[in-house]
Formats: sequence, structure tokens, C-alpha cells
Amino acid sequence: MNKLRLTFLGLLLTCSLSAAISAQDQPLVFKGAHIIPISGEPIENGVLVIEDGTITGVGTEEMRLPRNAEVIDVSGKVIMPGLVDTHSHIGEGDGGDRSSSLHPDVRILDAIDPRSDTFKKALAGGLTSVNVMPGSGLLMSGQTVYLKLRKANTIENMLLYVDEENNIYGGLKMANGTNPIGNSPRPGTRAKSAALVRELFVKAQDYQRKIEAANGDESKMPPRDLGMETLVEVLEGKRTVHHHTHRHDDILTAIRLSKEFGYKVVLQHVSEAYKVADEIAEAGVPASIITLDSFGGKMEAIDFSNVNGKALEDVGVTVGFHTDDYITDSRLFLRSAAMGVREGMSREAALEAVTIANAKMMDIDDRVGTLEKGKDADFIILTGDPLSVYTRVEQTWIEGQKVWDWDDPEDRKYSTGGYEIFRGDVHTTHHRGE
Amino acid sequence: MIMKSMKLLSVTCLVILFALDVQAQIAVKAGVLHTSAGDPIENGIVLIKDGKIERVGAQSSIRIPSGYEVYESAVVTPGLIDAHTVVGLAGHYNQQGSDQDQLEMSSAIQPELRAIDAYNAREALVGHLRSLGVTTIHTGHGPGAIISGQTMIIKTSGETVEESVLDPQKMLAFSLGGVIDNDFSKPGTRSKAMAMIRQELIKAQGYAGKRSGDNPPSTDLGMEALADLLEGELTAMVTVHKANDIMTAIRLQKEFGFPMVIDGAAEAYLILDELKEAGFPVFIHPTMLRASGESKNATMETAAKLQEAGIPFAFQSGFEGYVPKTRVVLFEAAVAASYGLDRLAALDALTIGAAELLGISDRVGSLEAGKDADLVMYNGDPFEYVTHVTGVIIDGEKVE
Repeated sequence: MNKLRLTFLGLLLTCSLSAAISAQDQPLVFKGAHIIPISGEPIENGVLVIEDGTITGVGTEEMRLPRNAEVIDVSGKVIMPGLVDTHSHIGEGDGGDRSSSLHPDVRILDAIDPRSDTFKKALAGGLTSVNVMPGSGLLMSGQTVYLKLRKANTIENMLLYVDEENNIYGGLKMANGTNPIGNSPRPGTRAKSAALVRELFVKAQDYQRKIEAANGDESKMPPRDLGMETLVEVLEGKRTVHHHTHRHDDILTAIRLSKEFGYKVVLQHVSEAYKVADEIAEAGVPASIITLDSFGGKMEAIDFSNVNGKALEDVGVTVGFHTDDYITDSRLFLRSAAMGVREGMSREAALEAVTIANAKMMDIDDRVGTLEKGKDADFIILTGDPLSVYTRVEQTWIEGQKVWDWDDPEDRKYSTGGYEIFRGDVHTTHHRGE
Repeated sequence: MIMKSMKLLSVTCLVILFALDVQAQIAVKAGVLHTSAGDPIENGIVLIKDGKIERVGAQSSIRIPSGYEVYESAVVTPGLIDAHTVVGLAGHYNQQGSDQDQLEMSSAIQPELRAIDAYNAREALVGHLRSLGVTTIHTGHGPGAIISGQTMIIKTSGETVEESVLDPQKMLAFSLGGVIDNDFSKPGTRSKAMAMIRQELIKAQGYAGKRSGDNPPSTDLGMEALADLLEGELTAMVTVHKANDIMTAIRLQKEFGFPMVIDGAAEAYLILDELKEAGFPVFIHPTMLRASGESKNATMETAAKLQEAGIPFAFQSGFEGYVPKTRVVLFEAAVAASYGLDRLAALDALTIGAAELLGISDRVGSLEAGKDADLVMYNGDPFEYVTHVTGVIIDGEKVE
């Protein structure tokens, strides 16, 4: 009640509707939960304080609380950071087309439906930050977009910036192995795939040199080229490559290319990571893996194993899980971490692998991925142990706003499913074997 | 006729197998013993002799005879049963023309296609299911044609069909509604599919009448299978998702009176009363099914709703055309349990419930004296993600 009245007052006083709904105007204190901050040991009877969309305190009962705070009793619940997904196809977007194999100029941003039901499905699973990517049917299918799953009418209001000054809010999707191989203009072999990518990056290096030679003189700048501009961002380390790769030798090819051109890469899927875990560790690149209920389904996945999480943890690789939604369901993202533990991963690494490890891969770990003072107030309230099958996501909060609540039937339906709940074609990207 | 002789053959094979196999006698102790034949037993024990269950009860009341190999486990359940899969016909390579034998596209109605002629007992996915506690599968031709072919029931042990088949001809795999693959030139519509199948069943009625008469027609393999269906020797497993298509399946069954199971049934929750009244069991779609197209209205709660409505159901791994190439009923039941299905009801549906719906409950599905010694050991709650299957016994042999 109190909060409602204050919100109303705020509305009247500021005359700014957006300000009133985008930031809470009273500190909120969540008290009594088992808090898993990820950044440190779990806290029994913990206290989480948030204010203006930001975490202002995480600690024990003894912590000093703001005087005007609204206290919410969450005894018996578990609170952990909002989940971060490094690889998803929610939002009904698309990427490059069959006119070329390489589309560094194409942005998935221009194709996403911010009202897509699939975002609500992700909220029901506790996801708050997501790297939404075009498919893997092309060597370079386009620019990815990092999103905060805020309630928004426009995609711009969902963007999660890595580098606001340079307007970077995503990575670049690349793929090797069999998916991008096909009829012209797609390559016919793995070696040709690598050659096409190398040629393009060599061109981008030239473009980069011309820009550097111009030294700020507009008249000497090369003509604008959207694809080249994007690749220069990659070469300068401002934009990360998310490289779809399955087989052990393809994994090493993805690493080889990243070393040749010196760009930042996140290995995506990495189905045979356990075969080349030492090499991945040696290269110092992170790996974003998937949990599947069986191997097979395509030749590159016949040796897939859920032991990847343990194998990579053992050699010290930064390892995370992704949904690849619709391949696995965002609503069950925590299950991926639990299945990692089943195959030998530590609890700590598995929980990091759905939060801070993924935030690091997206260079957003200064804002999300742990419950720490100063970070965005993105968190989920669970009914119990995050790795238990019987645990349910009860609430999802983003930047201090409750964006999903099991107790609200309008929200719950996105967890359970039902008649005409999910209306979009949620899997266009993969339907084409991508 | 063909079917009966096949059954006889399989029984003979089993007898030979047992005669050749020297089997250990085993005692399995469980912290919690789920028998699927009554309440769970704390500190229970199962004695196994010659491939069959000898005794089941509390450890305090059963002495382990000398010479028995003893296993201990936190939890034990009967071997799990996958009520509908295509594993064995569909392989993990997922290569058309090589290991994808679950759907023949040359014609929309092919009841003569036998599952036993296409099943690869050494398929890696069979081993995968077995390692996760699945000891019996109902597998065969998949969804996608009006009648894609026959199914069979087989244990996941054994290196040949003959070695481990329980029932070589169990059901005919029907599909209705949009489940029928759109690669067929016909039928192009729901109504056309129904007209085609009705015409074929009417033909089979005539055939069935004549084959038992004095002047039987020359053998038609397809007609034989349909006549077996009409005479109740085979069951129609109708894969169908939308509520109106489920009602169409019921309409077809009422006209021809064959045994039927509704399979898939994404929208079953919309017509619970009708389903209950019609009295057909359901092989419910995998809980984690990637809902789209015909199944887009699937819910995580349908198993719980079927249970509540008193409609018999079992879990299936279904059909996957991509990665993962198969699902696992243990995991599907677990997620159903997390969405409101009573945990013991979920275990029952995985074991005795499925066995009853498949007509094999005299052999498998519960831990009772005289039944096949198929059981699964776990180091914790079978449904918990982090629990391991620590051992699998099929026909009294430790296979995992």
C-alpha cells in the first residue's frame, strides 16, 4: 500500500511517467532468504537491499537497513542473481540470408519482436540477460544483441551495452563445421570455410590500416562499409565473436582463427570440448556449452557429452551454459547447471556457469552476474535449491522491477504453457537445420 | 496368424537364452524400495534368482541366502518403461538412408511394415536409454504417415531383436491431423486422411471376414495387419495433438471398434471429460517437448491433469528429429513431477502404469515375485537432476 501511494505521489511530483515506472522510489529489503551471491559464500538468513534499480547491500541480518525501506519477508526462499544466457534464439529474430556466407553488416537487432512471447518464457526461467543470436547456417550470420529482458515496447529499451560510447551491445555470430557448409555461395568444405573467413578478416585488417592512416582526417577515410566497420570492432577487441563449433578439430580451428587475427572469441556449444580441454585451457578462451538429454541428432553431435562442464572446470576454463533456446527450454535453464553437477561439476562452478561466467563472456560482469553492491538489481527468488528439480522460479526481478511472478496467473502461464500462450514460430532459426 | 507365430518364435528364443545363460543370484538392498506394487518399503530388499524376482520385502524379514551377490543402493525402482519411442529404428547419426527407418515415405498407409525388420539392437541410443534406467521400450514406426507401420516391445538388453523382444507386433502407428508429414502428396487435408483410412478399414473388414472363411483370399500383408487390428490383436496408437483431432481419432475408433491409445495429445487438457468418458489411455508427449506447430499448445502440467482426471497415462520419449536425438522418460517424468504431478504417481506411470497399458504387466513394471528381474538403482531421489543411476539389472543380469 505504502509503495503504491508513494509511486502515485512520485508520478504527480515528477510528471514523468517513465521515471516512475522505470525506477523504484523506495529502497526494498528482501529479508530471510538463503542468498547465493555467487561472488561469495551463500548467506543464511540473508538480506538484499535494492534502490533505484541497483543493489545497495547484500549481507546478514545484522546489516544496517535504510530507514525508509519497504521490507519484504522472503524466509524459506532462495535468492540468486538473474540468469545470464550467452546463446539464445528467443525474440523471433533472424540474421543474414543465402545471398552470402558472411554477413558482418547484418544486425539481429533489426529483426527482433520485443513483444515476443518467448521473452516471457525466458523470464519464467529466471533469465534476465541474454545474448540473442542469428543462426549457425552461415559462416558469419550477423551481429548478435545483448538484451536485458525489461518490459519494453522497443528493442532499444532492452539493449544491454558493453560499450555505450562505441555503441556496442552485442557480439558477432560465426559458425564452422557442417552447418555453414552447403550449396554456393556457402563453402563446400571446412578448409574453404576457414579460407573465406580469413580472406574477409585480411580485408578488414586493410580497412583498419586505412582508418589508422587517416588519423582522424575525414577526407582520407576509406568509404563507409558496414561489414568492415563491424569487423574492425572485432579486431580492436570491442566486439566478441561467438563461434558455433562442435567437433574437436573445428574447435581448434575456431581458436586458430581467433589467434591469427587476435580477436576475442567465446566457443559456443563445443560438443567435444572434453577431447580438447587442455588445448582450450592453453588458448585461454572461454567456452559456452549446452546440456542435452542425448548425444546424436547430427554427425557433429554424435560424441556430445554432458561431461564437458566437468572437463572444462577441471582445467580451469571459464565455462558457462547456454539454452540455445529453442534447442533447450529457457524455462529449464537451471536444469542445465544441475545436469552439469550430475556429471561431476562442482556446485559453485555450475552456478557460476549460469551467471557470472556468462556475464564475463559478454563483458557485462561489471553490471550483472553476481549479487554485489553497485550491480544491477537483477535477481530471482526460488522456492529452494537452484539445482533441485522440485525448485521453481517464483519471481524474476530486473533493475529493481518485478518482471515475472509465478503467483500472477498472467505470468504463470508462460511457465506452464497452455492454449494459445506461445503463438509465435519460436524456432525459425533452427528449422532450416541451423 | 503371422503375429502369433512370431510370438511363439520369440518365446522359444527366450527359453533357449535362459537355458544357455548361467545367471548369478542377486540380492539388492535399498534404502527406499519402490516396488510399484504398494507403498515404498524402507530398507527393502529384492532377491533375484534365475532372471526372475524371487522375493521382495523388508530387509528385517528376508534373510539373504548364501551365494547371492549383494548390491546396495539408496533407492531402487522397477526397470523404467518408455511407452513410445522410435529408438532402434531411429539412430543417433540421424542420416536418412542410413539409420532413419522410422518413417517410410512411399505411401501414407503401410500397416505391413514390421518393426522387428528394422530394429538395431546395438544402436547407441538404446544403450543410452538403458544406462538411464530404461529397461523396456515400446518402439517402432514413428509418427508422420496415416499408418506408418508396426511397433514392438523389447528389452534394452540383448544384441539382436530375437534375443530381447517381448512382443514383436504390438501396435499400429497411426497419425492424424497435422501430424501427418506434409511431404506426402496425399492426403492434403484432415478430411482426406480420414476418408482414406476409413476406406482402407472398410476393405480390411471385408478381408477379415473372408480370411476366416472357407475360401480365404490370397494373403495381403497390409490387410492382415489391419484385420488383426479390427479383431483386437493389434492396438492403434494414434499420434495426434490438437483437441479436435483427438476427437476425430475417437470418432474413427467408434466406427471400427479397435483397441486404441491416444499418443502425444498436447491438447488433452482441453477435453479431459471427453477423454475420460471415451476411456482411452494416453501416451503423453515428453514434458520437455519442443512445442511447435501441432503441439504448440502443450503444457508442462498435462500429466498432472491426466492423473487428476483419472485417465491412465504413460510417459514417452517421443520422436526427435535433431539434437538431442532421443529424450529420456526418467527426465520427462521428473519435470512433470516438478509441475504438479504426484511423485509416486509419476513413478507408477514410468513402471506399472506403462506395463499395464502395453499389456506386459505379467512380466515387467513392478517388483513382485515371479516377474522379470528388471530393476534400477539410484544414489538418491530418482527424479533429482543430480542423482545418478548407479546400476541397472535386466532379466537378473547387471547390465550397467
